[in-house]
Amino acid sequence: MRRLLFLLPIVAVVAIGAGLWLGLGRDPSALPSVLIDQPVPAMDLPPVAGLATPGLATGDLGGEPMLVNVFASWCAPCRVEHPVLTRLAEVEGVPLLGINYKDEPAAAVAWLHELGNPYERIGADPEGRTGIDLGMYGVPETFVVDADGRIRYRHAGPVLPADVERVFLPLLAELRG
Amino acid sequence: MIPELAHLALVLALGVALIQSTLPLVGAARGDAGMMGLARSSALAQLLLVSLAMGALIHLYVVSDFSVANVAANSHVAKPLIYKISGTWGNHEGSLLLWVWVLALFGGAVAAFGDAMPTSFRARVLAVQGMIGLAFLAFMLFTSNPFARLDPAPFEGSGLNPILQDPGLAIHPPMLYIGYVGFSMTFAFAVAALIEGRIDPSWARWMRPWALIAWASLSLGIALGSWWAYYELGWGGWWFWDPVENASFMPWLAGTALLHSLIVVEKRDSLKSWTILLAILTFGLSLLGTFLVRSGVLTSVHAFATDPARGVFILAILLVALVVPLLLYAWRAPEMRASGAFRAVSRESALIANNLILAVATLTVLLGTLYPLFLDIAAGELISVGPPYFNATFLPLMVPLLILVPIGTLLAWKRGDLARVLKLMGVAALAAVVLAAVAAWSDPRSTIVTALGFGLAGWLFAGAATDLAQRAGVGRVEIGRLWGRLVGLPRGAWATALAHTGLGVVVVGITGASAWQTEVIASVEIGESRELAGYEVTLADVSRIQGPNYVADQARFEIDRNGRPVASLTSERRSYPVEGQSTTEAGIATNPWRDLYVVLGERGDDGLWVVRLYHNPLVVWIWGGVVFMAAGAAVSLGDRRHRIGAPTPAKGRAAPAVGPAVGS
Repeated sequence: MRRLLFLLPIVAVVAIGAGLWLGLGRDPSALPSVLIDQPVPAMDLPPVAGLATPGLATGDLGGEPMLVNVFASWCAPCRVEHPVLTRLAEVEGVPLLGINYKDEPAAAVAWLHELGNPYERIGADPEGRTGIDLGMYGVPETFVVDADGRIRYRHAGPVLPADVERVFLPLLAELRG
Repeated sequence: MIPELAHLALVLALGVALIQSTLPLVGAARGDAGMMGLARSSALAQLLLVSLAMGALIHLYVVSDFSVANVAANSHVAKPLIYKISGTWGNHEGSLLLWVWVLALFGGAVAAFGDAMPTSFRARVLAVQGMIGLAFLAFMLFTSNPFARLDPAPFEGSGLNPILQDPGLAIHPPMLYIGYVGFSMTFAFAVAALIEGRIDPSWARWMRPWALIAWASLSLGIALGSWWAYYELGWGGWWFWDPVENASFMPWLAGTALLHSLIVVEKRDSLKSWTILLAILTFGLSLLGTFLVRSGVLTSVHAFATDPARGVFILAILLVALVVPLLLYAWRAPEMRASGAFRAVSRESALIANNLILAVATLTVLLGTLYPLFLDIAAGELISVGPPYFNATFLPLMVPLLILVPIGTLLAWKRGDLARVLKLMGVAALAAVVLAAVAAWSDPRSTIVTALGFGLAGWLFAGAATDLAQRAGVGRVEIGRLWGRLVGLPRGAWATALAHTGLGVVVVGITGASAWQTEVIASVEIGESRELAGYEVTLADVSRIQGPNYVADQARFEIDRNGRPVASLTSERRSYPVEGQSTTEAGIATNPWRDLYVVLGERGDDGLWVVRLYHNPLVVWIWGGVVFMAAGAAVSLGDRRHRIGAPTPAKGRAAPAVGPAVGS
């Protein structure tokens, strides 16, 4: 029995190794959310302290197709997707709303100063409550919301140029009719 | 001609590694002195061949030979010489060659200086080293040849990522690699001992210098990386819990545990099977780091250009390097018996607690690093758990560890007297409370955590002093003889005190920099001032300058305090036309109490410049503390009993253990 105990490290190493093996060459893509076609959960988030951009409440959602992006200054993939989102907002004219997730206001302000602020509204979610309502696994995540304020698509991880061409632009075109 | 010769040298090195990894093992098993001797000569030949290749690649970079694909992809004629040289290891192929070269250096060092070890044991250690060399040489030659030619050769290279053109980063990878690869030595010692079936205090003594070198280099390498991130990335932060930072931090944590458990093996002949396991896993974590950086499984600002085929190769190396030794371990470890019994309150127990906490901390970091990846596989999510996770899990683990440090060093082996130790530590406790209170009082932003951090640092400082005083006999011997006794203490005592003091210094830096940072972001016109934590910062001037391979907007900041000038700093926004990238260069004025850190940002449509100003109290203590810790390791290396090549007192041990390996 005691001998078997000494085999434990191998089991752990093989398990981790198998995980890494599966991880090789994977293309992370979107995952369906239970919230698809449901209204966005109710929220009333204050603005980020020190930022002129207004906060974000349920009433701000809908009217036309828009993106809701959950970001944080401490999140490295957010930095990666930032120029892509900026292009979507500024070139394609898609309204972009932000939820600043579990972040220090000063850090978020610095981050937006450095990279630019493409968001029409940003709600501060310091405790991550809205994040829980949205069923978030982590940062970043991006939701496509239609004119009726329903979630139509959920994208986990950074939005990359390929995602924009493949998913976001076709879907937004469809939603705009 | 040179690239072809260098390539040939690598192919020959592969052949030599094949000999090194097989025949000495056979020789050691049969007691054949000639075959065992091959270990030494092949390790030295290996060093020579890989050195030739490494020298050749550096030469090709220096002369900018763009007919070599690797040079063309990563260098440029207009680059300063130091970055031509450092560009050699600023890319995947070149850094792999550096890795193999450091490995060959360690192998050569054991071959040249390892005379204290029995011949059979040294032959086995070098054979295991040879296997690692074999794997990585094959990896390099089959997937990542640094000497591949480019036809036709371009007139100009594409340059080195400008963010990497930095003196700190020129030496960061070599330091880090000496650390990573150094743990291949402890791994080789562990595997050789498992093959030989004998683990005793002298084994720990032979291994310890290598563990110390690896650990000290890794410490400095990590600190350099953190310092670089601090001044180069321009965010004012010094640690981001980025996967690649974690990749170097995990072997450091495990290596720290290994250094401490080795002491128990050496002094008390127990904790042997755990130490072997740690030695294997520490190197496993080093390999995991290599894998994470190069396979593209995790996104990171540091990641090299990635390729799944390379990932598969490294993963295969990683699995073989862990599974085979762990099988050996599962076979041998149940037979290992400790000879030294000890009580629940003893230095042994304190060191076991140290190891447990460090192991859990390593697991915590491992989990936080791999969880996003595994979640991606299981659920198709790509996320970043970020600092909130690590701050909530890792930091609380450090509190009991730091409390334990001075207690452990003061407890006696075998059977400690906790009451006596606590009495001795009374002064330290007082010092800790005073320091905590003073620190908390000195700044209104202090919280209970700030006070705790400074208190723990005070506890460590006073603990180190108490330990030295205790050993020198303060209160027991007359004052006049104290100095002589202090100087005469074993180097190990001074090493411990230095390293633990360094830890306290790091804690001071982390606490101060996290709790008291001031940040001001403003849009200003030239000549305008802003207040920053009692300083008056003025944007004096912005001019356009031309660097060797970039153009930049250079801002001059004048900093005054109470009307007296304190510093004049420049910050640049550089644009590198060849690489098509831009970087920011922060202006930093450092003194022991604070860093003033200024960054020039964008120019707005209104003609105003965005500037970011930081006041970072005590931040330099973070890196200074690491230097102390590494100095501790260096002092310990100088200890007579570890001195490489020092004559072994027990001459009988030097006789080769003949015949098949026997289980102990």
